[in-house]
Amino acid sequence: MNTGDLLPIMALVPFLGALLPGLMIRAGRDACAWATASATALAFVMLMVMAPSVMRGEVLQAQIEWLPALGLSASFFLDGLGLLFAAMILGVGLLIILYARFYLSGEDPMGQFYTYLLLFQGAMLGIVVSDNILLLLIFWELTSLSSFLLIGYWKHLPEGRQGARMALAVTGSGGLALIGGMLILGNIAGSYDLTVILTQGDAIRASEWYLPALILILLGAFTKSAQFPFHFWLPHAMAAPTPVSAYLHSATMVKAGVFLLARMWPVLAGTPEWFYIVATTGLVTMVLGALIALFKDDLKALLAFSTVSHLGLLTMLLGLGTKFGVVAAVFHVINHLTFKAALFMSAGIVDHETHTRDIKRLGGLRTLMPITTAIASLAALSMAGIPFLNGFLSKEMMLDAAEKTVWWENPLIVPVLATLGALLSVAYSFRFIIHTFFGPVRDDYPAKPHDPGFGLWAAPAFLVVLVVLIGIFPKTVAGPLVAVASDAAYGGGKAPYYSLKLWHGWVPALYMSIVAVVGGLILLALHRPLDWLWLRTPRPEAKTIFEGLVERIAALCGWIARGTHDGSITRYLAIFAVSTVGLGYVAWAGGGMGAATREPLPLTPVGVVGWVLLVAATGYLLAIHHNRFRALVVVSIIGLMISFGFVYFSAADLALTQISVETVTILLLLLALHFLPKETPRESPAWIKARDGAIAIGTGGAVGMLAYAFLLRDVDTISDYHIANSYSGGGGTNVVNVILVDFRGYDTYGEIIVLGIAGLTIFALMESLLNGAASRRLRNWTFAPDRVRDRHPLMMVVATRFLLPITCMVGAYIFLRGHNQPGGGFVAGLIFSIGLLMQYMASGFAWAENRQRIQYHSMIGLGCIIALATGVGAWFNGMPFLTSAFGYVHLPPIEEFELATALFFDLGVFLAVLGAVMLTLYSLSRIARHAGATTNKEPLDYDPSRRIAREAR
Amino acid sequence: MEMLVASGIGVLTAGGMYLVLRLRAFPVVLGLAMLSYAVNVFLFSSGRLATGMPPVLNKYAELDYADPLPQALVLTAIVISFGMTAVLVMIALGSYLESTDDSVNVTPADADGGAAASGEDRDGEDAR
Repeated sequence: MNTGDLLPIMALVPFLGALLPGLMIRAGRDACAWATASATALAFVMLMVMAPSVMRGEVLQAQIEWLPALGLSASFFLDGLGLLFAAMILGVGLLIILYARFYLSGEDPMGQFYTYLLLFQGAMLGIVVSDNILLLLIFWELTSLSSFLLIGYWKHLPEGRQGARMALAVTGSGGLALIGGMLILGNIAGSYDLTVILTQGDAIRASEWYLPALILILLGAFTKSAQFPFHFWLPHAMAAPTPVSAYLHSATMVKAGVFLLARMWPVLAGTPEWFYIVATTGLVTMVLGALIALFKDDLKALLAFSTVSHLGLLTMLLGLGTKFGVVAAVFHVINHLTFKAALFMSAGIVDHETHTRDIKRLGGLRTLMPITTAIASLAALSMAGIPFLNGFLSKEMMLDAAEKTVWWENPLIVPVLATLGALLSVAYSFRFIIHTFFGPVRDDYPAKPHDPGFGLWAAPAFLVVLVVLIGIFPKTVAGPLVAVASDAAYGGGKAPYYSLKLWHGWVPALYMSIVAVVGGLILLALHRPLDWLWLRTPRPEAKTIFEGLVERIAALCGWIARGTHDGSITRYLAIFAVSTVGLGYVAWAGGGMGAATREPLPLTPVGVVGWVLLVAATGYLLAIHHNRFRALVVVSIIGLMISFGFVYFSAADLALTQISVETVTILLLLLALHFLPKETPRESPAWIKARDGAIAIGTGGAVGMLAYAFLLRDVDTISDYHIANSYSGGGGTNVVNVILVDFRGYDTYGEIIVLGIAGLTIFALMESLLNGAASRRLRNWTFAPDRVRDRHPLMMVVATRFLLPITCMVGAYIFLRGHNQPGGGFVAGLIFSIGLLMQYMASGFAWAENRQRIQYHSMIGLGCIIALATGVGAWFNGMPFLTSAFGYVHLPPIEEFELATALFFDLGVFLAVLGAVMLTLYSLSRIARHAGATTNKEPLDYDPSRRIAREAR
Repeated sequence: MEMLVASGIGVLTAGGMYLVLRLRAFPVVLGLAMLSYAVNVFLFSSGRLATGMPPVLNKYAELDYADPLPQALVLTAIVISFGMTAVLVMIALGSYLESTDDSVNVTPADADGGAAASGEDRDGEDAR
């Protein structure tokens, strides 16, 4: 097995592992943590198996075809950069799982937390090992979603919910921009595979689409990595539990943007646009973040803004466009990870033990919490850039790179600002140490502070050991990884000159560093007056601006929604009709039309009579529609005219179907009308009628003209195939039926299921209706006095009894001949329903129901199952689903006839249609019974035979 | 004939549209039924018009046939539109029985105080 084949499995492991915590939490919190850790550890081990070949400079690849038509494949690759980030994600992931086990309190649902954490881990890991950029985008969005869950983990805290929403809104909209940018990039490069795109740098930079793609991709990266002016979400995301802050907001998720910049560096970097956008944004973010951090009193907010500042630093280094900048950025990614995660965890410990994170209420913890003090101080000193700790080395490299940068022909501006950033960084780092741990011991801590157990400080302690080791032996500990990762990031070629060591001699960077440390300490000494000044300086509050913006967008959406969708069906149907006609007009005006190609058929008297009837009936309907019974009669006339039209235009099947559906529909509406008002009130003023009339005429005119236009033009139809193969392939001469049961049998199968669902829906609606408020209303229903006293007239009872077998025979005939002559399962089902309905009407409900042997629900199900079984049967003959087979059978007394499997399919259709229609009417008649309409056990209200019997007694 | 069919479709659509824009459930259901007629005929006529040549194969002669595909599609559409009409009728009936009002539109007053108002209504009924 190729080691690259492990990649997809490794990417999948956290997702599969996410199933475990939810189950294992029942076995206790330790078991839950162990299960989570084992999933991460498994992925980590796989990574370590692959690591040696990557360290040798190989690029591991694995590809699984997914949707090749879209250019989307599940392809993964692992190079140095991916290895560095994957190791960070999984390694820190393990430490966080350990830390969270001891950090979360008993009331917090731990299973949920670990599930979210593993989902996030999987998404993040997916980003760094994806080869296909579409796949990368999917993982990118998944990190936004899973981080939403994690930030809002404490659902009871409003800050958590607001922070989660803000983070999702900002990173989600950035993700949207990123999708656009990536699609453009893929279009330029001609492939969605990163490995291909990375070789197309020259073509991409020369393309006229370079700038739009660059801006969109940068929007994605900047929002994720909290760059100015999108930095504001990160501090608000600190409402999350501290393990989340340490993991997402220092080590991994916010680095996704940096990762993307590094990943795309060989393709996008090196142009003036890149330099001015990326480096400037980074520089501004670095200084601004550090400045705000200095004046934050909340420990986590301080760290959050310092993270913003350090992300700005990384962005600036990548923005410089030099290979040395890339090396410095990669090195600083490692260093920042170690000291910042340790700092977050220490802040969490302080919060955990003293129940406050307000720096103004702390101080003097040095003697009370010596272990935490040591860990936090070392990490913070590294953040300040003090020698012998790793932060110093990468800060020196950053200052070195900045010192050589000319911005807009000005050689001073970047070095000065970089030094200012470093100076502020020193100030807030020392503030973190001195104001929290040093100074006098206080007697008003919210809780009595003491060092936590080993479980809680083990993870940050491990990270601080790394801080020191890298700080003293940079070349040995971090050198190889930095080399291979930065080589992958700048796309190979000659390595720039750099050396990871403590002492570089008296170089400018060292002087800048000294200035920063001294200046920072002076600034800290002046903190009290400066803080006083800061608090009185008006500043724009990002959260207010953001919320105002959201509110305004929501108001706009609400205005549009209420304008179109205010609960009035009439209004939005009108809007729908008008805009559809308008769009149709636009399409027509833009496209034009060719000349007519068909000779119109000659007018015939029958046609004209039918048309006049149709138009007259429609006009009459509109005039009298307030009288509902009469309107119903007129509608049935229109339906009949349409059936005649179908007959006239060679569609016998349609005519049969239409006429039987018509019958059933009118019966249904009549039944319903029994419970509805018989008159529609006249409530529309004349102008509304005129308006609706205008909309109606416009719509009708448009549809009519469209129909006229295509009726006079020829069309390429696929029906020739159906006609040619109907007999040879489907075994029937009625092409319409063969299409239904064979060529497009799958459609028909779907349709009978829909019909069955409609029937069951109606049944369910009735059921809930009869158990609700309507039930009481129905029981008190007072029926209008019957005009006809004889509800079950003798003539009708007798006639329908005779008719039932005849109807059934007609139905059976129609059904059997359907394959070769007009007819088939649909029509037969409707004819049978009409026959049965007549029994219900003539002889009463109870009488008919007593003789019913099969439930309509099961009839629907049976129909669907028979149709399905017929379709599946084709598989056993090695044919695709629903291929029909047929043969000819000769039974002596009868003429030779044909037997096709399509007949069984049609039987299924028949049963489903019959069941659905009957279930519908059955449901309606239940209302009547509920309303107290008496039912008779006997078929006749007035039975002469009974009277004779009585008289005989 | 094409003119007649096209204008017939237009008239059906116009009539259906007008009824659909009424304020009560029953005319709206009728309007939708009319619209289904119009749509079915429209789809059917997309196979172009032909008289006297049903798509039933004749073994003994080479003939022209009407386009069978739109017919098959419209056949199922007719049955489905029955199902749809039935569901709509039930919903209309249900809402009328629940609220003794068959108006199709939700007025702002309904939306705000609907629950409270109907609650009072029920109490009133019980008192009776």
